Amino acid sequence: MLDNQLREWRPYVSPLDPCPPILIKTYVVPPNQYIHYQPMNLPQFTLDEAIRKGTLWPALYSPYMSRRKAKGG
Amino acid sequence: MAERQDRDPRNDEQEANEREQMPVRGSEAYRAELYEIQKVDFALVELTLYLDTHPGDIQAVQQFNQLAQRRRQLVYPFEMRYGPMLQFGLSFTRYPWQWNDEPWPWQV
Amino acid sequence: MWVYEKKLQYPVKVGKCDPRMARYLIEQYGGADGELSAALRYLNQRYTIPGKVIGLLNDIGTEEFAHLEMIATMVYKLTKDATPEMMEAAGLAPHYVNHDNALYYENAGGVPWTATYIAAKGDPIADLYEDIAAEEKARATYQWLIDMTDDVDIQDSLKFLRQREIIHSLRFREAVEILKADREQKKMY
Repeated sequence: MLDNQLREWRPYVSPLDPCPPILIKTYVVPPNQYIHYQPMNLPQFTLDEAIRKGTLWPALYSPYMSRRKAKGG
Repeated sequence: MAERQDRDPRNDEQEANEREQMPVRGSEAYRAELYEIQKVDFALVELTLYLDTHPGDIQAVQQFNQLAQRRRQLVYPFEMRYGPMLQFGLSFTRYPWQWNDEPWPWQV
Repeated sequence: MWVYEKKLQYPVKVGKCDPRMARYLIEQYGGADGELSAALRYLNQRYTIPGKVIGLLNDIGTEEFAHLEMIATMVYKLTKDATPEMMEAAGLAPHYVNHDNALYYENAGGVPWTATYIAAKGDPIADLYEDIAAEEKARATYQWLIDMTDDVDIQDSLKFLRQREIIHSLRFREAVEILKADREQKKMY
């Protein structure tokens, strides 16, 4: 699910860049960007799941994984 | 970054009260019962925003009203045990005035 | 009027004593795209927005106050028992000399909150696009905050708040559609 929402791009790498280059950068495109107007009767999470996910509808759910390790932190 | 301090004597008192089945605000039982309310309330928030832009969705209106009913059923016994959740007369109070009772939500 | 409810919207747990993280989280308390800005932006716009979307601005604005309280809870817990030495080590000495351990509406750089963070153009389309942008910026801020901590409990609360921004953004875009449709309907009859 997360993979569907991640986009990759390759920044230009100059031989004069001072830091070790990050060859692939990513950004998130959450599912709300593809929903023009939420259709009625979308399947719902259970109430248990809904609060943990932060939404009632799986179609609107966007997970996020910390980039801490990827950033070298 | 120090780890959390071990034991506060107040926690021992709290646990002793729990063994005697006295309802204690901030206890594990309190948090668990509150979470049941938070779950229903969250769905109600989510449905509220949805209905603001989908006022004609009859199924969502029915679900909203069912959950509003369920919320009342959960909140009543919770307030009997732990005191009022709402202010300005939307919840009842015992004597003495219970509203000042700690912990407040950010202290729990 | 508003009625206070003696509970958080979502349980906030802080797993470890880390005042450094409080310094970053304050961005969502008193920063440009933070929860105070969001609440005040929507609740102010509602007075002049067309009637069909007042309810939405009112309700999202109200939910933002619940989010403000969640952020405040994290900051409060992270700094509650921090000594002056701990505050200094976390880079919070400038905050400490002005405020002790009190919370303050400021951003992560210590700049006080200002009304220039919120826009009210009076044009409903312009205002709603402002709101959509604000939600996406807040979503991004939550992502970078999640990247700045390894406390899974804080990450959990921040992920909840990030997801709420996504829902609000969708609802504001639906509000734009509602205002667009109004005109099409007029033409049809």
